[in-house]
Amino acid sequence: MIEDYSRYVSETGKELKPSGIRKFFDLAASMEGVISLGVGEPDFITPWNIREAAIVSLEQGFTSYTANAGLLELRQEISAYLDKRFGVPYNPSNQIIVTIGASQGLDLAFRAILNQGDEVLIVEPAFVSYSPLVTLAGGRPIPVSTSPANGFKVTPEQIEQQITSKTKAILLCSPNNPTGSTLTKADLEGIAKVIEKHDLIVVSDEIYAELSYDEEFTSFSSIKGMYDRTILLNGFSKGFAMTGWRLGFVAAPKPLTEVMLKIHQYTTMCAPNMLQHGAIEALRNTYHEVEAMKRSYRRRRNYVVQTLNQIGLDCHVPGGAFYVFPSIRTTGLTSEQFAEELLLQEKVAVVPGNVFGESGEGYVRCSYATSMPQLQEALKRMQQFLESRKLVSKA
Amino acid sequence: MKLSSEEIEILRIMEENHKISVESIALMVMSSEESVRKTIKKLEDDKIIMSYPTLIDWSKVEGQENIIAMIDVKVTPKRGVGFDEVADRIARFPEVSSLYLMSGGYDLSITIEGKTMNQIATFVSEKLSTIENVISTTTHFMLKKYKHDGVIFSSGDEKDRRMVVSP
Ligand SMILES: Cc1ncc(COP(=O)(O)O)c(C=O)c1O
Repeated sequence: MIEDYSRYVSETGKELKPSGIRKFFDLAASMEGVISLGVGEPDFITPWNIREAAIVSLEQGFTSYTANAGLLELRQEISAYLDKRFGVPYNPSNQIIVTIGASQGLDLAFRAILNQGDEVLIVEPAFVSYSPLVTLAGGRPIPVSTSPANGFKVTPEQIEQQITSKTKAILLCSPNNPTGSTLTKADLEGIAKVIEKHDLIVVSDEIYAELSYDEEFTSFSSIKGMYDRTILLNGFSKGFAMTGWRLGFVAAPKPLTEVMLKIHQYTTMCAPNMLQHGAIEALRNTYHEVEAMKRSYRRRRNYVVQTLNQIGLDCHVPGGAFYVFPSIRTTGLTSEQFAEELLLQEKVAVVPGNVFGESGEGYVRCSYATSMPQLQEALKRMQQFLESRKLVSKA
Repeated sequence: MKLSSEEIEILRIMEENHKISVESIALMVMSSEESVRKTIKKLEDDKIIMSYPTLIDWSKVEGQENIIAMIDVKVTPKRGVGFDEVADRIARFPEVSSLYLMSGGYDLSITIEGKTMNQIATFVSEKLSTIENVISTTTHFMLKKYKHDGVIFSSGDEKDRRMVVSP
């Protein structure tokens, strides 16, 4: 009998930290009657036409492998979508790969570009997978902290400060998870100058592209000079309410997609056939549903931001995604204490900001991808929590 | 009538739930309660907001189930007023819940609701078919409501199946 498995477990595997989200999930899941503002996915069910298209494809027997890069028909739709919607042309036959969510796209991107010890700048607060994925690919994640002073936007100066001779790439995510902050075209142009100067590659996570509320979304790859330096990640999870489908895509210059496709071919073969048929329908005929979902999120964002400010939690207005990131500094609690006590006392789940990196300490992530009645109730409970503990001094 | 984007937004919110408070609407459109109240009043005055009906599934309430029939009616149009005059007459009967002029095999489509089969039969034979210009009627009884005004009736609710916390 083996008593100690640590001898068998890889060093990388050992060193990976468990996600802080996981820990909080376990606590929240063990309780009943919780209102959750802790979810990172749409509250809408995938529009029916998309579900129906997948059902039909199953009925018709589309149960085999597809091309490694995905059904050509789907890649053609993706290409048309990227071109029409964001003005970035990609060749469907050799510049686009259909992946298992943007998650696999990220993995492919890092594995394709990183050598042992290469540094990747990660703008924090950041989605929980970025750093571990860089580590798994042999790279070193280097955090670039942002602050609410300028709405959690990263500045060219902040980026430049962290660049060393080992820096290979930077990861950008706009609209952002967890802050919801959005980089404008002008912001991106400023960043592009640094990228060019230091000869970096950009991994641009555009999964929330469809959920930009106040400004037209700008794809990083559309910025002058950046097309050649961008690995663009996107997918169906958020904008089309298809998280469980695990479908995304990556688009990049051909020499990079060639490498990514080799890795994809050996690790994954291809994305599920019948689900790709659903994705084709999503891109063809879901414009109105996507617009309606977006309008609904926008309303809820307005409601939540203003109500949080009213009850005494400072919150900037995020331009996209479905998260707000209010400060809980005035309460004197750490973000973990705040989230845990709010959960135990009022049964409202939010995610402590520190799980998204050090600069997230002092904040909590609240998702407004939840029905209005639930949001109203959750905010009422948060107010009760603050009042009962006299946690916020009323101005 | 051309409406502002804020007016349209308020209409959409109220279409989803007309019981929502003015305070909440104001927060959602980032405006003042005063201004939202004014907008709603204006939309009512302009008859863009027509009424605030409540969608009730009466079939679930014992003793209150209505019998609903849809009637296809052929009519001889009248010189000068076409179908409008006869349609206007029919629309005034309280039993009639909706009435449309149709293209195709017949002219008017009427939905009527009654408490009993007898009530509907009486309406058709004594009131509707005796109207001058009504040539023929075909009555279809509705057996079950699956979807009405965009709301799906019967299906088990598509409830929130997400985990409590996710990345
Ligand atoms: C910023 C960001 N990138 C990527 C993902 C993963 O998306 P997918 O479901 O397409 O793998 C998420 C999901 O939460 C996210 O927030």
